[in-house]
Amino acid sequence: MAAQAAKKTGGSRSRKTQGAAKAAKANTEDYLRMYRQMVKIRAFEDQANQLYLSAKMPGLTHMYSGQEAVAVGICEALTDEDRITSTHRGHGHCVAKGAEFRQMFCELLGREEGYCRGKGGSMHIADQAHGNLGANAIVGGSMGIATGAALSAKLQGRDFVTVCFFGDGATAQGLWYEVMNMAALWKLPVIYACENNGYSEYTKTEEIAAGSLTARAEAFGIEAHGVDGQDVLAVNELAQRLVERARHGEGPFFVELDTYRYHGHHVGDINRDYYRSKDEEAEWKERRDPIVNFGKWLEAEGILSADDLVAIGDEIRAEAESAVAYALNAGYPEAGEVDMHVFAGVDHALPYIDGYAKGAGA
Amino acid sequence: MTREITLSKAVNEAIAEEMRRDPAVFLMGEDVAEAGTPFKVLAGLVDEFGPDRVIDTPISEPGFVGMAVGAAMTGSRPIVDLMFGDFLYLVMDQLCNQAAKTHYMSGGKLTVPMVLRTNLGATRRSAAQHSQSLHALVAHIPGLKVAMPSSAYEAKGLMKTAIRDENPVVIFEDKLMYQDKAPVPEEEYLIPFGAANVLREGRDITLVATSSMVQVAQKAAEALQADGISAEVIDPRTLVPLDEATIVESVRKTSRAIVIDEGHRNFGVTGEIASRIAEKAFYHLDYPVQRMGAMDVPVPFSPALEDLTVPTPEAVAEAARRAVRGEVADAA
Ligand SMILES: Cc1ncc(C[n+]2csc(CCOP(=O)(O)OP(=O)(O)O)c2C)c(N)n1
Ligand SMILES: [Mg+2]
Repeated sequence: MAAQAAKKTGGSRSRKTQGAAKAAKANTEDYLRMYRQMVKIRAFEDQANQLYLSAKMPGLTHMYSGQEAVAVGICEALTDEDRITSTHRGHGHCVAKGAEFRQMFCELLGREEGYCRGKGGSMHIADQAHGNLGANAIVGGSMGIATGAALSAKLQGRDFVTVCFFGDGATAQGLWYEVMNMAALWKLPVIYACENNGYSEYTKTEEIAAGSLTARAEAFGIEAHGVDGQDVLAVNELAQRLVERARHGEGPFFVELDTYRYHGHHVGDINRDYYRSKDEEAEWKERRDPIVNFGKWLEAEGILSADDLVAIGDEIRAEAESAVAYALNAGYPEAGEVDMHVFAGVDHALPYIDGYAKGAGA
Repeated sequence: MTREITLSKAVNEAIAEEMRRDPAVFLMGEDVAEAGTPFKVLAGLVDEFGPDRVIDTPISEPGFVGMAVGAAMTGSRPIVDLMFGDFLYLVMDQLCNQAAKTHYMSGGKLTVPMVLRTNLGATRRSAAQHSQSLHALVAHIPGLKVAMPSSAYEAKGLMKTAIRDENPVVIFEDKLMYQDKAPVPEEEYLIPFGAANVLREGRDITLVATSSMVQVAQKAAEALQADGISAEVIDPRTLVPLDEATIVESVRKTSRAIVIDEGHRNFGVTGEIASRIAEKAFYHLDYPVQRMGAMDVPVPFSPALEDLTVPTPEAVAEAARRAVRGEVADAA
């Protein structure tokens, strides 16, 4: 079976962006923010993992650790007006798009102060104020939403761009081909960002993806790029170019980002030997870590010292710890909340659906 | 001023008026523009509003329904045309997992003001995949509102309310009724959701009927009148929200009820309404609540068979007579 899209074959990728494009973000402040944002994601996930392991978090969650350069490289090219749609592995996108630790941990713990008042949880965090239209627990489920947001921008003459994040596994969903077709026909300002982390659950990408992923987008006449998803500057440089072009009506675009997830499929996926080797994991963690490598680059460029890097890590980890402590003490939603927010303009859905309470305008 | 117009024209007018009122409203679906849909319901709209607001899509139902959800989340107010109600199965994820749940999952931060207009109804000789009445499927899902117009007047008023609603609304038109005329005022009016319409007052039995079955119930009521039986006919207008109080009050008065709906009888709308009557009017009942729905078979093609699957005025009248006489129906 010719699985060209497979991990580490690389050969089929078109227009591969080589190396760190150092002109990406022009000043030190931008580099620092990118570094801090990546460290924030890692710190968030380490705490979330601990919450699961110590049985303090309801349900399961999917760790973004290892993929930080993708979310940060792309979201740093976006404004708050620009939209993203996210996935079940969405904490990284959420942090990168500007969310706060406290409200995120509150959401993971089902507390009222969470971004979604505890009603969404890890797999549905949405942060409207920063343009995050929400994580989605249906693999590929947000591809229509992202493309529709881009249609909205075009119809309303607004200049926001929408980035649709999804995994390699989601490329097997038919919905993607339907909406890519329409996005290309109507030149919509949407960027499809496929985070190819080599696996969907416990299955290697090469076992589920025939041919090349970039070629699939190209078949619709969509310009497609492959980029090293562990290199935040390369990702950011590409994202800035594509976002600006999409803003000016040159979209849509497709980007395949080569990356790796450090943890299991979800926090409970501990014993992974049957589908991937410890050597493979070690290779990515030790040689291709996006945070370590970017830190080294910052040091080499004289932007930050080794001490600075340690201090940033300590500061952010402390911030994450205190947000967790805050969230663990935050209140749960009142029981009366359970049938609120089912319908906009309706206080409580249960009397409403039986006709005993009027909603707005009806 | 009131004139008689077809249901098709009523829907067209409702959409045109709302598109004039609110530039955020747009239409999308297969062959909605120049063709104006296979039923010609939307004919002429593209001439007034242009192809940017009356958008012809590829045959990609999950794709364009999903896009409507995203457009609705970002300030647009899409009306999606799903050519046949039977195609709901193709869009269930986008409608039921995405549109219906977004407001709730986001704790009220995101809203999805979209309308999905589609149709129901058998006896058009269209066979099993173009004849289904699937409104019970969506009425089952929290977060969706469901409207069931039963005439041109109803179709216009309910459509305008649907377009102004901040939530996903699925509106089912009876495809056999598109050419049926009814008096419709020229002045603007809206029909609120959750307010049933009592079409005919009666003492002996309540006929609760939806959409295509309202005409059937009305004809049955006329036949019953000749026999000296006074039937009350109620059209709930919307399934979600459902005006339970009007139905229950009526049955408390008449002590008998038949619920008639063109969806399959099994696990459907008739069962839901009948059980509400049983719960809230039990001590007032003189006869078990009767249900009449589409026969629980795929809709057959042959006219000789298809006509057997849908409740008729004669069958409703007969069931009502038995109920009023107190005859035990299925004593086995
Ligand atoms: C429609 C659907 N099918 C199956 C699942 C179960 N599931 C959750 S995540 C996942 C794998 C997704 O893989 P990928 O898209 O590569 O994302 P990753 O987990 O690698 O980030 C599967 C099969 C689901 N949530 N939705
Ligand atoms: Mg994957």
